[in-house]
Amino acid sequence: MNDHKDYQGAKLGMWLFLFTEVLLFGGLFVLYAVYLSRYPESFHKAGQDLNPVFGTINTAVLITSSLTMALSISALQKGNVKLSKILIMLTICLALCFLTIKYFEWGAHIHHGIYPNSPDLLKLPKGEIVFYGLYYVMTGLHGVHVLIGIVVLSFLWRFVHTGKVSQNDCVMLENAGLYWHLVDLVWIYLFPLFYLIV
Amino acid sequence: MASTASQPVSFLQDKSRGSGIFSWIFSTDHKRIGLLYFWTILTMFGIGVVLGLLMRLELIAPGETIVGAETYNVFFTLHGVIMIFTVVIPSIPAAFGNIFLPIMIGAEDVAFPRLNLLSWWLYIIGIAVIVVSMITGQGPPDTGWTFYVPFSEFTTSNVTVAAIGVFIMGFSSILTGLNFLTTIHRLRMPGMSWTKLPLFVWSLYATAWIQVLATPILGITVALIVLERVIGVGLFDPAKGGDPLMYQHLFWIYSHPAVYIMVLPAMGVVTEIIPTFARKHIFGYKAIAVSSLMIAFAGSLVWAHHMFTSGMSDTAVMIFSFLTFIVAIPSAIKVFNWVATLYKGSIQVEAPLLFALAFIFEFSIGGLTGLVLGSAGTDIHVHDTYFVVGHFHYTIFGGTMMGMFGAMHYWWPKMFGRMYNRGRAFLAWAIIFVGFNALYFPMLIMGLEGMPRRYYDYLPQYQNAQVISTVGSWVLVVGLIIMFYNLFSAMKKGKPAGRNPWGAATLEWTVPSPPPTLNFVGQPVLERGPYDYKGVVVDE
Repeated sequence: MNDHKDYQGAKLGMWLFLFTEVLLFGGLFVLYAVYLSRYPESFHKAGQDLNPVFGTINTAVLITSSLTMALSISALQKGNVKLSKILIMLTICLALCFLTIKYFEWGAHIHHGIYPNSPDLLKLPKGEIVFYGLYYVMTGLHGVHVLIGIVVLSFLWRFVHTGKVSQNDCVMLENAGLYWHLVDLVWIYLFPLFYLIV
Repeated sequence: MASTASQPVSFLQDKSRGSGIFSWIFSTDHKRIGLLYFWTILTMFGIGVVLGLLMRLELIAPGETIVGAETYNVFFTLHGVIMIFTVVIPSIPAAFGNIFLPIMIGAEDVAFPRLNLLSWWLYIIGIAVIVVSMITGQGPPDTGWTFYVPFSEFTTSNVTVAAIGVFIMGFSSILTGLNFLTTIHRLRMPGMSWTKLPLFVWSLYATAWIQVLATPILGITVALIVLERVIGVGLFDPAKGGDPLMYQHLFWIYSHPAVYIMVLPAMGVVTEIIPTFARKHIFGYKAIAVSSLMIAFAGSLVWAHHMFTSGMSDTAVMIFSFLTFIVAIPSAIKVFNWVATLYKGSIQVEAPLLFALAFIFEFSIGGLTGLVLGSAGTDIHVHDTYFVVGHFHYTIFGGTMMGMFGAMHYWWPKMFGRMYNRGRAFLAWAIIFVGFNALYFPMLIMGLEGMPRRYYDYLPQYQNAQVISTVGSWVLVVGLIIMFYNLFSAMKKGKPAGRNPWGAATLEWTVPSPPPTLNFVGQPVLERGPYDYKGVVVDE
């Protein structure tokens, strides 16, 4: 058909997609708000068992990955393909690092018998069951998004490598960056909700 | 027909990118994708109609007539899931929107043609998953299309698979909306300003916003149903601290706006048809355009009116009731503007106009009965009765599907280059109109008398009305058969149609029928506004 690429159109499409992501998480944030107001004490008590050290490290990891992501776009825009590829790779590594920490964190809870529908969890007060339900669903859905981000960024590394995405046509990398920042942003809200304010 | 010699190859015949079925199911041409949607939607509509007929047959007499209670539950669940998610939600936007939106704004295609193809595939995969849910596991879903908890969490029927199917189809709907929004923003031809857009495009624009903003909520809601069933998270389970009411809220935050996804495009079709056959500029262009956006906006704030009897504070009930009444304003703006357009017009009675008028009539009944349901006091009386069933069939069948039939009769000569038999189209319309009202009007009366919905059995006092309703369903189906026979036979045997058989003024009528692959022969020229009929040459 026609090969002319619409830069603004691609950007607009991506922003619309990000709206849908915000609303996808939005449904869960609504549930969180309602259940927090219903069981403030239980949320407080259950929240004590989450390790803020894990959460803080993961926040730092993810924010740094957003930085490397942004830098890789700038590098490509300035024509430095090599640097851009290194920075994409670094972003992927940080994302893997995030998931690894998450794995140990979830692993510790599961080891203590706290996972959805587990006998130990069901012995806890209802508010705490809901807290952990939300914890697993929300951080799980976020984790899935990190995983998707890793796949997307791997493809982009390949595209930058082959020149399919280049200095003159970098909107795909920019859009991947937008997605990655949104994943980061969701975590910026999840972190205080689960680790700090309760 | 003007000149056949210089006709470019139509998109139906184009073999430049291969032939056979693959040149269709992997085509990125918006017209081919639109037709793929169209045939799939009609197929699913056929299945939905058969299920509806079976339900009506069961209800012809009290007690067990042809099926038992369990099977009846499956029937109304599948009828709902199929009709809502696979027929009326995609109906007009995915079929006619895809085919005509780019042509109407002077574009070659949508903004993301490959994404468009992906949408259709996701839609097909979603349908396939729903079909799988019917034939595997421990029986098809029996929860009703709303998948209300707690029953949907604990029933042994195949709810998990069906919910996954709905989730996938939600994705398809989102991508179509995203594509249309970007297309309308970015691909309008030079001179096609926002106030020169055909109003069908405006209605698609408002619809696309709802698709993009509301559907993700449905996604997360059905995803949670799956998680509840598979790993027992318990966010809606009172035994685990969850609240079933939260499910209803999340479900209706999508599913109420979804009814505007269904009806806005049909309103857009009516807005194209009426001025064309009144030979008169549309009355109140801007009011109609803005009312689409108002419906989209206000319609997103009224979801809890489905829950007046579920348990809410009185304040919430009053606020949601009030907001519901607000939606009636932009809807009425449209109706008054249509009627004002017809007033003193030079009316030419053709099948599309008849369907548009049927839309106005049925949708007005649907809208006004909606006010009875939206006002909290009367809703308590008629909630979960046949009144609700009658109401939404008047809006969705009488609205969306009449709009769809109108669109079919309006654009058929453009899509296939051939005209159907007009006399037979009138006959089909008349039979459909009579059958429709015989089928659904008794439901409104039975509802007021207290007949509850979703029952396979009833007290003898309702039998007369039930029988009229069932007979109505037969009449309706006869009308549908005549209509489809008429349209399908026209594809091969119809009289060849020219560029502009109706003398309409929007851009799709300036291109050959059927349109060539790239839509326009050369650069499109914008000579007139969309409802500016002066000097339009009719080309039958």
